[in-house]
Amino acid sequence: MEIWDSTHECMPREELAQLQLERLQATLNRAYKNVTCYRRKFDEMGIIPEDIQSLDDLRRLPFTAKEDMRLNYPYGMFAVPLREVVRIHSSSGTTGKPTVVGYTRNDIKTWSHLVARFLTSAGVSSDDVVQITFGYGMFTGAFGLHYGAELIGASVIPMGGGNTEKQIMIMQDYRTTALVGTPSYALTLVDRMEKSGIDPKSMQLRVGLFGGEPWSEEMRREIEQRLGIIATDNYGLSEVMGPGVAGECHGRCGMHIFEDHFLPEIINPETGEVLPPGEVGELVLTTLTKEALPVIRYRTRDITRLIYEPCSCGRTLVRMEKTRGRSDDMLIIKGVNVFPTQIEEVLFQVEGCEPHYQLVVDRIDNVDTLEVLVEVNETIFFDEMKKQRAFVSQVEKRLASMLNIGCRVKLVEPASIPRHEGKAQRVIDRRKR
Amino acid sequence: MLKVKNINTYYGQVHALKNVSLHLKQGEIVTLIGANGAGKTTILNSLSAVTPVRNGEIVFAGEPIHSLAPERIVELGISQVPEGRQVFKPLTVEDNLELGAYLRYRRREGRAKIRASLDEIYQLFPRLRERRRQLAGTLSGGEQQMLAIGRALMARPKLLLLDEPSMGLAPLVVQEIFAVIAALTRDMGTTVLLVEQNAKAALKLASRGYVLETGKVILEESSAELLGNKEVQRAYLGKEKKEIWER
Repeated sequence: MEIWDSTHECMPREELAQLQLERLQATLNRAYKNVTCYRRKFDEMGIIPEDIQSLDDLRRLPFTAKEDMRLNYPYGMFAVPLREVVRIHSSSGTTGKPTVVGYTRNDIKTWSHLVARFLTSAGVSSDDVVQITFGYGMFTGAFGLHYGAELIGASVIPMGGGNTEKQIMIMQDYRTTALVGTPSYALTLVDRMEKSGIDPKSMQLRVGLFGGEPWSEEMRREIEQRLGIIATDNYGLSEVMGPGVAGECHGRCGMHIFEDHFLPEIINPETGEVLPPGEVGELVLTTLTKEALPVIRYRTRDITRLIYEPCSCGRTLVRMEKTRGRSDDMLIIKGVNVFPTQIEEVLFQVEGCEPHYQLVVDRIDNVDTLEVLVEVNETIFFDEMKKQRAFVSQVEKRLASMLNIGCRVKLVEPASIPRHEGKAQRVIDRRKR
Repeated sequence: MLKVKNINTYYGQVHALKNVSLHLKQGEIVTLIGANGAGKTTILNSLSAVTPVRNGEIVFAGEPIHSLAPERIVELGISQVPEGRQVFKPLTVEDNLELGAYLRYRRREGRAKIRASLDEIYQLFPRLRERRRQLAGTLSGGEQQMLAIGRALMARPKLLLLDEPSMGLAPLVVQEIFAVIAALTRDMGTTVLLVEQNAKAALKLASRGYVLETGKVILEESSAELLGNKEVQRAYLGKEKKEIWER
């Protein structure tokens, strides 16, 4: 199998450590100088960038969380003036305001190269026709894969999300060989093909690059069998870069983290303490080359494990296991990040008070569904069906515009949502992992 | 071949280098760019121990050299071409070159070998051969720069530290000198650490660069990326900034 950037992907670990230290120190110098948030945090702890003399010293620095991004909304975390930023994306925040991320021209270039790395390791080349089914727009998924695929010279079909019938038609007619999207959408496609009597194996499709949501090995086997392709996994998050933080090699035994650009740590999410190599915990990432938005010890909230044993593919980069879950209450529904607090906020806006509610997430025919159960009470009490329906549709609309995904709202009897120690259980996730 | 970790250098009380880390691979040309007083020359002087580091680690070809004397460092294979050439003006061109091989004379390497090196230098810089009997002080700026490089090469260094080789020279002469530097790496495998005011030319020659600001490294990137970096363009490449809305 080809390696896109063997100089860096197969760099001896000792050389890599030197490069990481140099880049870390440069990043800290820039962040401390240009980002008020970091300077204040460092000053509060009495730390200056010069105190960081080894990679181990990293643990002396404070964490960065999504909350910091919210407090510095929209551009407060940028380390360059806005005129040097050529692209702005965002992802959902824990509350109303989204998280804003920016890229300089160099960042976009780096991003393209990192995506090219995992595309290449999945066997995608200039001979491939790549169909992108991630939504274009504020999410980073589609653009990241798009740039990477273009860089390696593949033919890119920027389909965007949804419109399953048309996706299948184009996949057949344009002879798509590589499918990019969420793993659950791959299954949606298969279902539809089977329903319309199309044999997926009669198509040219041979490889899938899936990400944007956690998925199991079981799901991988299902996709591979039903679509007759090789399904590969990749990892990324907008706050750090977007897709292109890590990706599988052909061994498919964990995703190689591109450590020349990102420094990973595994911490205990409760105590924040750094765990020894090989332990399961929350992944924390520090960017080493990002210009517009360097992040220092960003808490991804994703639970995983790092594998330091050398990989048979020749890459020396550490591998991360498929993520096992979250250390916060974020849900990933149809590839979109959803925080219960966002829904709380909408209910609060509509009603002026916080009703008891429960989110029921399910996967029906391989499509994620979200149902919001709201208990009626004195303030939400309508004897007229018309008013009730109007209320429900107003909440549904507001939620759809905030979350970017559709959902159903259902009113239920008072006190019908089970409570634990007086608090309602907010989320029921019926999807199998 | 060279690995520098967390070096700190002081001029008296002045903290000139703050925790600088960098590395060079065999056969690489790497450039240091930054404003006046950023610490570029200090890094070269720290490597050659002209201004010894106060703390930190410099490992050259597997050997720690941060506490060695300058002459020992030259012996190990690091030669510096100082800023402003610093040729011995009252001596002839050839005497200057031979002085560059001083340690080799002392090691009793034999005249024949040193003679061969001298010939190599004359091949690199034919003009020095033409002027070998001339006093160094009578040479033009460009020729003096060639002489300074030639003198450093006479010690047969593995790593060449070049401080502002283009300073005060006409563009054509600069081109000539840069062509020789490229040839050194290509043909002889010499590794080069280049400090240059002319950041654009330096980045075109080098494969990577470090950007320094007030004694600290603020960027490590490939030359192509540094050339594309807006901040670098504005500060060091003399590109006009465009006034667009700024936060």
